[in-house]
Amino acid sequence: MGGSQSRNNLISRIVMICFFIILFVIIMIPFYAVTLSSFKPGESLIRYGLNLSLDFNIMSFDNFIYLFTGQHDYFTWFWNSMFVTIAQVVLTLFVSAFVAYGFAAYDFKGKNFLFICVLLIMMVPFEILLVPLYSLINDLHLVNSYSAIILPGIANAGTIFFFRQYLRSIPKEIIQSGRVDGANEYAIYFRLIMPIMKPSFAAMAILNGMNSWNNLLWPFMVLGDQSKFTLPIGLKTLLTPYGNNYDLLIVGSFFSIIPIFILFIAFQKYFIDGMTAGAVKG
Amino acid sequence: MIKKFVYSQKVAPYVFVLPFIFIFLIFWSYPLLNSFIMSFQDRMLGQDPKWIGEANYSKLLTDKVFLTAIKNSVVYMLGTLVLLIPFPMLFAVMINSKLMLGREFFKSSFFLPALTSVAVAGTIFRLTFGEMEGSLMNSFLGLFGVEPVKFLKDGEWSMAALLILACWRWTGVNMLYYLSGLKSIDNEYYEAASIDGASAWQKFKNITMPLLKPTTIYVTTISVYAGLAMFTESLMMFNGNNSPKNIGLTIVGYLYRQGIEKNKLGYAAAVGIVLLVIAMVINLTQLKFSGMFKKEED
Repeated sequence: MGGSQSRNNLISRIVMICFFIILFVIIMIPFYAVTLSSFKPGESLIRYGLNLSLDFNIMSFDNFIYLFTGQHDYFTWFWNSMFVTIAQVVLTLFVSAFVAYGFAAYDFKGKNFLFICVLLIMMVPFEILLVPLYSLINDLHLVNSYSAIILPGIANAGTIFFFRQYLRSIPKEIIQSGRVDGANEYAIYFRLIMPIMKPSFAAMAILNGMNSWNNLLWPFMVLGDQSKFTLPIGLKTLLTPYGNNYDLLIVGSFFSIIPIFILFIAFQKYFIDGMTAGAVKG
Repeated sequence: MIKKFVYSQKVAPYVFVLPFIFIFLIFWSYPLLNSFIMSFQDRMLGQDPKWIGEANYSKLLTDKVFLTAIKNSVVYMLGTLVLLIPFPMLFAVMINSKLMLGREFFKSSFFLPALTSVAVAGTIFRLTFGEMEGSLMNSFLGLFGVEPVKFLKDGEWSMAALLILACWRWTGVNMLYYLSGLKSIDNEYYEAASIDGASAWQKFKNITMPLLKPTTIYVTTISVYAGLAMFTESLMMFNGNNSPKNIGLTIVGYLYRQGIEKNKLGYAAAVGIVLLVIAMVINLTQLKFSGMFKKEED
């Protein structure tokens, strides 16, 4: 009885692991194909499509040399993306955490109503606001500026929600003791509370950073000037109905994934905390 | 005097939430309200609006292209629900099992696709589903003797391509949601069931699935929104907002076409309102049937 049980376990273990290895291979194929293609001339991509053939005759570092030394805007877009991502993360985190502290630390008139507003924002797809938001940005003369990307999301509902959940676990005694010591309300937040929020800042920095780095639609709508493009927009413009610049597109796509992969490997735990933040019941 | 006012314990909370109130009013409430108003207007950017009542809505009802867009978005959403809930749940249960090895490795590697931007992932899949004989998908189908397919010119194939892209990007993420849901299930339930001689399937059906319900509700809710509001995936896959016979056109794609490409702001706003209503109705029904509201009343 016991023997057949452990044999069954061994079989299910092998089946399961094989199954996951197959899944792993399937998931990795697109990455592998892109990596391969970044070493092949764009012309071969046009002729044969994206494939897995390992043909050393046509593979070279030409695309990489072109990426780093050629005449194109890739690195303008790359640094624009860096700038927008960093600015957006810093400002969004600063403002959202500040707001979340107000919700978590105090009872005040209108608090419930305001918190329902936070939830409401999370419930309505942003896309339906595209048109009125665009005309608002136009009226405010913010078209073609990075403020148009950063400002609307600066008090980010999801981020506020996450920080509030996190802050609720912080003992109220800390706030009380701060008051006893004569610190004012803001000093309590900045000197006592903010330092202990570090892990939640890390999780939200990564989640917001990832979204910002990959954001396409809204920046694409509000940025018209090629010198201001972020990376996803720039990559998109390499595909046109009149012809595609595959030489730069594939190597550029490959290279744009790398910063995020490095961050992911370094801060895996925070990525996962940030991603699953919403699913944890409050 | 002002300093004392701002520093008082009564006023401080309002100072803290003030940035939210500003952003909420300026960048959310105002556009949303404006969207309602615009949807009853004939309006172009930089011109005076004209009030036309419900004309935009009655025009939408008979707009065949809009109905195609709704159909595409709804089919896509249903596809993501069917593919991106049961399978990630099952994978999470398998990864979580005691028999599994290399848990962390699989968890992180399944997550990697979610790190790629739509611009990059869409490009990769656009090429994977290229019409050439040698492109990835066609050479795969070729192994089974299938003739090369022009995926992105055929309605059903291109929907399949969009769904495969969605699965590739989101399976790992939904699996993580389920894994964090599984963590909160007490092991005692399983031990008790084992003593009663329950099979693995019975345990899954009677313990795991019901206790994962909050996660399932969450994943369903976000999938409904994300599915109905999908646009950039199609934009990248078809290299623009114009797909042959609109096979890749989604509701938001149509909103974009009318509002941004054709500058018909009023008509686009009406599309947005219809989308909002559809999303709300589906999700509220879903939440009602899953007993979400009942629980809050208790």
